[in-house]
Amino acid sequence: MTRRTWGRGLLKGLAVTWRNLTHRSVTAHYPDVEPELPPRSRGVIALQEENCTSCMLCARECPSWCITIDSHKEIIPATTEGGRDRSQNVLDRFDIDYSICMYCSICVEVCPFDALHWSPEFAYAEGDLKDLTHDMNRLRTWMDSVPPPQPLDPGAEQGKELDTYRASLPQEDA
Amino acid sequence: MSELLDTLLRCLLVLVAFLTLPLLVGQMEHKTMAHMQSRVGPMAAGGFHGWAQLVADGIKFVQKESITPVAADRRVFELAPVVALVPYLVAMLAIPLGPFFGQGNLIGQDLDLGLFFVLAAMSVGVLGTLMGGLGSGNKYSYIGGMRVAAQLMSYELPMVLTAASVAMAAGTLSLVGIADAWEPWWLLVQLPGLVVFFVAGLAELQRPPFDAPLADAELVMGPLTEYGGMRFAMFLLAEYAGIVVLAALTTVLFLGGWAGPWSDQLGWVWSLLKIALVSFLVIWARVAYPRLREDQVNALAWKVLVPVALAQLLITTLVVIA
Repeated sequence: MTRRTWGRGLLKGLAVTWRNLTHRSVTAHYPDVEPELPPRSRGVIALQEENCTSCMLCARECPSWCITIDSHKEIIPATTEGGRDRSQNVLDRFDIDYSICMYCSICVEVCPFDALHWSPEFAYAEGDLKDLTHDMNRLRTWMDSVPPPQPLDPGAEQGKELDTYRASLPQEDA
Repeated sequence: MSELLDTLLRCLLVLVAFLTLPLLVGQMEHKTMAHMQSRVGPMAAGGFHGWAQLVADGIKFVQKESITPVAADRRVFELAPVVALVPYLVAMLAIPLGPFFGQGNLIGQDLDLGLFFVLAAMSVGVLGTLMGGLGSGNKYSYIGGMRVAAQLMSYELPMVLTAASVAMAAGTLSLVGIADAWEPWWLLVQLPGLVVFFVAGLAELQRPPFDAPLADAELVMGPLTEYGGMRFAMFLLAEYAGIVVLAALTTVLFLGGWAGPWSDQLGWVWSLLKIALVSFLVIWARVAYPRLREDQVNALAWKVLVPVALAQLLITTLVVIA
């Protein structure tokens, strides 16, 4: 046990504040200067609705149940005579309630068709709780701010699809 | 006739100092605190470095309504800001700034009992917050007022004791006399007294870390809860005027007043510099230290400051006799 010198804390307090006074501050000047966010920051979820098949995976996996999806089926008539009609899901409603979203990113990861993306936009506070529910159109507009995917790290494992594809190629050196 | 003119001019100068110096201290507090806490809020108003922050504050205070609660003791409630503010103006009258280009001393009125007068006036200033606390008709203000009273009683004693020690060393109660008698080695002998005087003065002004009476967490500004608009602004101005008076008094008593190079010509500049330095210390202490609990406030006064002040008195006595 070391005995503390009396008054050391008092001097320390003065020293810390003095250092702050004489050094440049590190405060972020946010409204004037936009922050530089890391490329994978989670601001808001953007929806690319052309990719969505209304498979409901995201809505089912969402831990806080903040995603609401409605869709209907449309029949696409057969193009060739005697062919079979095909059906397609058409999205009617895709809402994300950001008042209960916990930004866990499960929906984005689970989406099989890359319809959901993280956008770094974070400034969408509202005066009314109800306005935090973003509908399909609003979610679509966030797509504009989604950055292009990051290049892989040098030396990183390639994508699974690529590996499978390469493995399927006829071996040249054998 | 010229004597009357002289007196009027001196009064006017004191009034000007009373209206500008506290604002300067306020501006310094805004900027220093902002830098020390890495905040950008006080740097926004106006253009360069947020120079217009005080102007914005003033406009804000003028716009707001001055409400008197129904339960309040009307007279006491409305008089309290005045009682808090005016004594500091009175105290400033008797504090010397030093020679003005060799033209005699820059002081409102040189009193034989200057030190006694200033200390008495400062104590009246604290009475203003006490009146606010007891007259507001609000239990939180009442508790705040009670805390002010306890703090006032505790810290008056060490403050007066250390001031008395300096007066004893100088052999006079006149502030001009004390500053004239000051010698550099007093800095060492009177150092405990200087610290005690400064700390006790901070507590008298209810400045952090001694702002338990205001305690915005549990008492919501204590005695000042019910005050709004200009009345609140007057309390605020009183606080800053208090800082100026405390700094000036510390300067005159312990730091040699206008002593410095070319002090016959530029004495008042040295005085102002020292006042600014002590005011900066007041602000620095506010940023650096957390608020003391109510029992800690009184324990510090009675268990530390009073014994140190008495010891200081003893030392001074020995030095004077020897």
